[in-house]
Amino acid sequence: MSIDLAAILIVAVPLASAGVLLLLGRRSDGWGHWLGVLASAASAVMAFVILFGLLGRGAEDRAVDVHLFSWIPAGELDVDAGFLVDPLSATFLLLITFVGTLIHVYAVAYMEHDDDRRRFFAYLNLFIAAMLILVLADSFALLFVGWEGVGLASYLLIGFWNQRTEYAVAAKKAFVMNRVGDMGLIIAMGAMFASIGSVDFETVFAAAPELSEGWATAIGIALLIGACGKSAQFPLQAWLGDAMAGPTPVSALIHAATMVTAGVYLVVRSGAIFEASPTAQLLVVIVGAITLVFGAIVGCAKDDIKKALAASTMSQIGYMMLAAGLGPIGYAFAIFHLLTHGFFKAGMFLGAGSVMHGMNDEVNMRGFGGLSRFMKVTWITFGLGWLAIIGFPGLSGFWSKDKIIEAAFVGEGWQPWVFGMVALLAAGLTAFYMSRLFFMTFHGKARWNDGKNEAPGPEQHPHESPLLMTVPMIVLAVGSLGLGAFLAFGDRFFHWLEPVTGHAEHHDPVIPIPVIMGATVVLMLIGVLLAWRQYWASSVPLMPPTGSVLTRAARRDLYQDSVNEAVFARPGTHTVRTLTYADTAVVDGAVNGLGAGAVGLGERLRKLQNGHVRSYSAAMSVGVVLVLVIVLVARI
Amino acid sequence: MSILNYLVLSGILFAIGGTAVLVRRNAIVAFMGVELMLNAANLTLVTFARMHGDLTGQVIAFFVMVVAAAEVVIGLAIIVSIFRTRGSASLDDASLLKS
Repeated sequence: MSIDLAAILIVAVPLASAGVLLLLGRRSDGWGHWLGVLASAASAVMAFVILFGLLGRGAEDRAVDVHLFSWIPAGELDVDAGFLVDPLSATFLLLITFVGTLIHVYAVAYMEHDDDRRRFFAYLNLFIAAMLILVLADSFALLFVGWEGVGLASYLLIGFWNQRTEYAVAAKKAFVMNRVGDMGLIIAMGAMFASIGSVDFETVFAAAPELSEGWATAIGIALLIGACGKSAQFPLQAWLGDAMAGPTPVSALIHAATMVTAGVYLVVRSGAIFEASPTAQLLVVIVGAITLVFGAIVGCAKDDIKKALAASTMSQIGYMMLAAGLGPIGYAFAIFHLLTHGFFKAGMFLGAGSVMHGMNDEVNMRGFGGLSRFMKVTWITFGLGWLAIIGFPGLSGFWSKDKIIEAAFVGEGWQPWVFGMVALLAAGLTAFYMSRLFFMTFHGKARWNDGKNEAPGPEQHPHESPLLMTVPMIVLAVGSLGLGAFLAFGDRFFHWLEPVTGHAEHHDPVIPIPVIMGATVVLMLIGVLLAWRQYWASSVPLMPPTGSVLTRAARRDLYQDSVNEAVFARPGTHTVRTLTYADTAVVDGAVNGLGAGAVGLGERLRKLQNGHVRSYSAAMSVGVVLVLVIVLVARI
Repeated sequence: MSILNYLVLSGILFAIGGTAVLVRRNAIVAFMGVELMLNAANLTLVTFARMHGDLTGQVIAFFVMVVAAAEVVIGLAIIVSIFRTRGSASLDDASLLKS
């Protein structure tokens, strides 16, 4: 099969499946979920076809442009719809379809007791198709189609249980915040058209080095806003925590492994533009660094297992953004971390779902504890994910995160010191909050009601999940364990991406690499030890202690909602109210006043028409006399 | 006798007719006032025809008479029909078209 055909089928199959499931409705309830799994699996097969197709070519030929049709032939703006298959998009294709298929399989069991399982799979397939369009697009316009598609799918899936008001509100929040980012992407496209006259990748990236710095900065910042919205980066991060309202497979697929990383993809793909503007690049790094710390701090205080994982996702994407902002030396590391993160974070989310499955949908970690004895498979797979994310030497996260920390230390002036230190310290924080999560859930004393202890709440019978759920977890755990080493061996992943990301000269960090590595490992061990002392060795109170100012702030997501409320929502409401008032008083007033005036005038004039013949004749006589007088006076 | 006297007479007749139209409530009397005004106008026309030695004025007077005859027929018919339906020939009662 040719790459062209595979690239079209990989999108068409899940899209068709979503269409069939949505159109057939309840009639497909019995088999709909398996069709969804099958469609996703078919996409995964296509992804491998594309991978081997590309591997069979020389490094220079690994970019296939698949022309689909002429989409917007409008005078100067001529946009063709087409797919670009190159090592970067192929990497994403594999991640999306492979992890996506595993999560589809998992969801078959996870959603078994839900009446709307078929609809759930239709949305998941829709998401897969949209995400594939996003990464395959060969122009910003088509990318935007996928971008909006994943936004829609995300909205539908966060609000999947929309019978609960707070879930529907969470979906709306995610949708609205994403719109803010989308605005940035639209502005970026407008700016590209104004300065370059085209929105397709080839033309734009070829013209980028000649752009004036002002244009490049403007486009770069607009793209960054778009990336921030989709990837939950500061200052558009507030939606991700609430997005955990969606079913757990959704959190794993969309809000951990794939969709939220689209921002990183956008920045890496538009590398040529960012390289033309050091300001925009620096902003990307700053945004990444802020989010990295922000997410880590929030993650340390959350008691909801899914929200803690969401904060961690935010923080890890901060790492990727930071790397992506460093320029060519960071692109490959950003994508590398994205890939390994996709595996271990999806694995952990599935683990969290498995824990919830065994604990009657309980999410409060203070109500867990000691679950390792009851859920062996979940415990081991989650443990591998945990070791991977904290960067335990040898596991996936170690290879990818360490590279980013090293890259952050490269450069001149104050930047490597600040960003390097932030990246390094965040590694310690990551180790602390992930260990906290892991120990609180699986170790220590059981804090749930097992029928013998004093714990409140209904009696729980934790049990391991069925095979359909554990097998995907095991596969992802294997990925968490070995994927990093496999790809980092001989730098093969970086060579694979080189045609897209460009060759980066090797620079030495400001601190020797062994020192950085050592510091990372030491900080990680300190984090784990602190978490062990507090959440495993000593007992965890059922009610969260008041805590310090920082803890209280972190529990409330560092007041992100209050800030948004005060800075944007309230002034917005007031503006709207004022405008509404102005509309009623001024605009409507003028229109209604005109009408009332005409009515009043008529009312007055009506009095003249009294129906008395004699008054008419009197008026006529007076009129005639008057006319006569006027004529005579004029004559004289 | 000066020809001017005819004009004065016609002025007086017109004024009487006008006053009758304006002040009398009875439709028949007001109608007679209208006729009086028409005839005053006729007298003026004939007088000026005589003064200028031109027959046009006299011809127009005939036209006016013909029109007045037709008008009397229609006017009286309306008044009679109003009187039959309302039992009154007062002009002030027939003011129903006003609103």
